[in-house]
Amino acid sequence: MTAYPNALRDTATMLRRSIVHIRRYPSLIFFIAGIPVLFLLLFVYVFGGTLGNGLGGPAGGRAAYLAYVIPGILLMAAAGGGQGIAISVAMDMHEGIVARFRTMAIARGAILVGHVIAAMIQTGIAAVVVLAVALLIGFRPTTGPIEWLGAVGLLALVTLAITWLSAALGLAAGSVETASNTPMFLTILPFLGSGFVPTATMPEPLRWFAEHQPFTPIIETLRGLLFGTPIGDSGWTAVAWCVAITVAGFVWARRLYERDPAHR
Amino acid sequence: MTPVGTRLAIDARGIRKSYGKQLVLDGIDLRVAEGSVFALLGPNGAGKTTTVHILSTLIAADAGEIQVAGHEVAREPNAVRAAIGLTGQFSAIDRFLTGEENMLLMADLRHLDRVEGRRRVAELLARFDIADAARKPVSTWSGGMQRRLDLAMTLIGDPRIIFLDEPTGGLDPRSRRTMWQVIEGLVGGGVTIFLTTQYLEEADRLADRIAVLDHGRVVAEGSPAELKRLVPGGHVRLAFSDAGALEKAARALPGAARDDDALALLVPSDGRVGSLRTLLEGLDAAAIDVDALSVETPDLDDVFLSLTGNPDTEKGTER
Repeated sequence: MTAYPNALRDTATMLRRSIVHIRRYPSLIFFIAGIPVLFLLLFVYVFGGTLGNGLGGPAGGRAAYLAYVIPGILLMAAAGGGQGIAISVAMDMHEGIVARFRTMAIARGAILVGHVIAAMIQTGIAAVVVLAVALLIGFRPTTGPIEWLGAVGLLALVTLAITWLSAALGLAAGSVETASNTPMFLTILPFLGSGFVPTATMPEPLRWFAEHQPFTPIIETLRGLLFGTPIGDSGWTAVAWCVAITVAGFVWARRLYERDPAHR
Repeated sequence: MTPVGTRLAIDARGIRKSYGKQLVLDGIDLRVAEGSVFALLGPNGAGKTTTVHILSTLIAADAGEIQVAGHEVAREPNAVRAAIGLTGQFSAIDRFLTGEENMLLMADLRHLDRVEGRRRVAELLARFDIADAARKPVSTWSGGMQRRLDLAMTLIGDPRIIFLDEPTGGLDPRSRRTMWQVIEGLVGGGVTIFLTTQYLEEADRLADRIAVLDHGRVVAEGSPAELKRLVPGGHVRLAFSDAGALEKAARALPGAARDDDALALLVPSDGRVGSLRTLLEGLDAAAIDVDALSVETPDLDDVFLSLTGNPDTEKGTER
């Protein structure tokens, strides 16, 4: 890569552009925050009474389930944000504007990095909305501020990983419709892990998958940071997964962006 | 003809490009003098857009030596990018932004300082007659206005070479004429314009030189007048005052076609002065009285059709 003296300025310009998009079309944020809020209310108030008793804790019931389900719901918000960036990246690629950017002397990565930072801000806003609703219905983290900061940090790391991966998925998609569908599996993954019920209750092949997929150690770490449950080696596994997915997503997205545009 | 010593804005030799097994460009050469308007003319699927994409650094050629603005496209793409502007076939505007925001985005990406950027933006918006709508999202603009914004965005940063890929494609005749005036307004000040078009009228009106591209090859190149001369089909029309003179002339010129109703004779001719003189001297020698004479050269449509074949048979092979 050639050195670009204007890399920072170009990235800031692209970020501003993406933020204007978000501000002008706030419906995407409502969608990203709305789905996890809906699932939160559904799982806590419809299934929560029964599921909470099945957790086997001392208290049980709806309140126990609210605490259990929070990490999985937050990951759903991050996955929703992934869908958002996949759509906006795919929309860009199918407009002539990216062809224009490519023929200008601007830093090559600026447009992708601008998208990613804007999407992270968007997911952050959605996560705050989800947390506010959770607090309203009785969510109370039992740990201290240092653990909370750790949870925020891990959440940011997960969001970064999901966002880069989704940016690549958006670039790889042949159409905007495809781009809105391919990151959907990220929304399903918390269900096939320890997001909604303990993996121990699952049948063998599914249980094996649930215990080895990346979202489970991330969920377990978040749970530990918010409620003091044992984290064990989930912490390092979670961070390792996040870094690996970020790097893979970043490299893949850059390769797709540099690809011959006539070959989309 | 390119005067000796004039610098070339574009100097490309042997551009080749294929997608898989499909050969799109089969070794084309293009030389475009600085400050001139060059039109690449061809039917759909001839390779025009691929050529523009290669020259504007958007895609890489498989082979060929390509210099744009004095820089090797493959080795110094950023130096090329700093000197060019591209208005592609599909509008390269941000539909979510207003016209002014689109322009300011370009000013920022061209690294103009704030004051200078705002001044340029205001000037171009006024020049392209889109200042009134500048604060409205461009998704609400008409096609012609979007096209003008597209071009205005290209002009921020004063590119030395402007690529226009089918600048009037899909525009109604009135917007097309407005766009022609806009393009004519760009000429001068040493700016080079490289445009592609399927419209002969457009190439004829705008370009100093035309290259005809067909199936990935340049099949003809020259000024509009030179191209017209390349093609047979021109003729001299002789009109007579009575049937007797027509009869006499027809016997003297066996290759000519008669038009008895109009009392006229169509004599095939390349329209050059020499051949006209020969024709007139022959008529004189035979003592034939000609009422009126007109030279009818083929228009570019004739050139296009004879060089590229019947366009109707091309449709199946597009892309």
